[in-house]
Amino acid sequence: MLTKRIIPCLDIHEKQVTKGVKFKNNIVLGDPVEMAARYYDEGCDELVFYDITASAEGRPIDIEMVAEVAHAIRIPFAVGGGISTLADMSRVLLAGAEKVSVNSLAVKNPSIISDGARAFGSQCIVLGMDPLAVDDPVRCPSGYEITTRGFRERTGMDALEWARRAVDLGVGEIVVNSVDADGTRAGFEIGLTKLIAENVSVPVVASGGAGNAQHLVDVFEKAHADAAIIAGMIHTGDTTIPALKAELVAAGVPIRQHW
Amino acid sequence: MIAIVDYRAGNLTSVRLACESLGLQAQITSDPEQILSAERVIFPGVGAAGAAMGHLNELKLADTLRAVVAQGTPFLGICLGTQIILEHSEEDGGVDTVGLLKGNVRLFRPTDPLVKVPQIGWNTVKLKRSHPVFAGIEDESEFYFVHSYHPEPDLPECILGETEYAGVTFASAMGRDNLVATQFHPEKSGRIGLRLLNNFATWNGRDGTEVGGRKSEVG
Repeated sequence: MLTKRIIPCLDIHEKQVTKGVKFKNNIVLGDPVEMAARYYDEGCDELVFYDITASAEGRPIDIEMVAEVAHAIRIPFAVGGGISTLADMSRVLLAGAEKVSVNSLAVKNPSIISDGARAFGSQCIVLGMDPLAVDDPVRCPSGYEITTRGFRERTGMDALEWARRAVDLGVGEIVVNSVDADGTRAGFEIGLTKLIAENVSVPVVASGGAGNAQHLVDVFEKAHADAAIIAGMIHTGDTTIPALKAELVAAGVPIRQHW
Repeated sequence: MIAIVDYRAGNLTSVRLACESLGLQAQITSDPEQILSAERVIFPGVGAAGAAMGHLNELKLADTLRAVVAQGTPFLGICLGTQIILEHSEEDGGVDTVGLLKGNVRLFRPTDPLVKVPQIGWNTVKLKRSHPVFAGIEDESEFYFVHSYHPEPDLPECILGETEYAGVTFASAMGRDNLVATQFHPEKSGRIGLRLLNNFATWNGRDGTEVGGRKSEVG
């Protein structure tokens, strides 16, 4: 049986892993390669790295870091932030990443999705989206609006419509990161995740709000997420991946148990 | 030396890094001579079958693959590499493929809309018979998969392992003589995947459980 994936997310700023709430008040947590190796040893199923300032600073992603991570772990990982051209995608993939994640850039220039899918295959192209709950039935009938640039800009685009369009353009997977739940550790936004998961044909990764095992059980069972991103709850040592997986197994969630 | 066949079907970095992490000498190559003279051959690949067959034919590598398997070189197909060593794929409107194993490649057609295509993630492999490349790997171990199509070999005896997805039980690992092929990615399947690659790197190319036979000798 296909298992539900647990994906630690490492936000990178100046070569360090950081964690903030709603992209603010970031604190330094450690070295990305060391943390990746530790989570790999502990049995995480995949990893994702976001270079959170590359895009804002208009510089390319830190390729050296990607290559070091690729040497350290033997499971798939995705990389996002600062990817604006096919050449950027190619560098990240050739350095050993399995997938590239596009977000703000794809909103501005959707053809990067189709170009990337054609050049490298859909399975390499992940769409990250940061929807915000809104009451704007005309522009955003799904109840969620796409924000970009680390939640700083609202786009007026409907989240569900954008998800469907991105699938048509060729994304292989969608990470749905709730602006409202991000960093709160109060649970995933079930309604949003379910809305996207039930209406697109590609796997959906829930993101934003993971605080305990029950939150993951809920997002897998009630929202039909295929994978879930976790961050603060393991970065701070409140729990570990094996402990979290044991709780999910006890709750009946299909989880990879041998590594 | 292990030749990793480069036919412009996706990123080969993880295969190379996985080999290197095991201390194995591996060379990414499209050179038929180098492939034919390698001790072992890994035939990976991601992407679409039509484009991959196009590249393989342009590079005149389809015959090289047939020759390398015929001469007894231990051979490992991975993912798209595994699919295109069968005879035919449904992808891209139907494509005739290399035909090292009899059978077809079919699209997942889930009836449940919550079952997504591609299958992405870790799924279990139920072992059907013992094989040196799976030595020390427990039954129902999990491996990493990324694919929309799946192998459907004609001969059940070539099925080494099976996996369930989207309402079908498909051959996720196949083997015949000196050829082994997996739909999953051993190079991205953690330590269990490394174990498989290491088994492949020390395998004498004979099917079945017997080990220790020596092939061509001191030259």
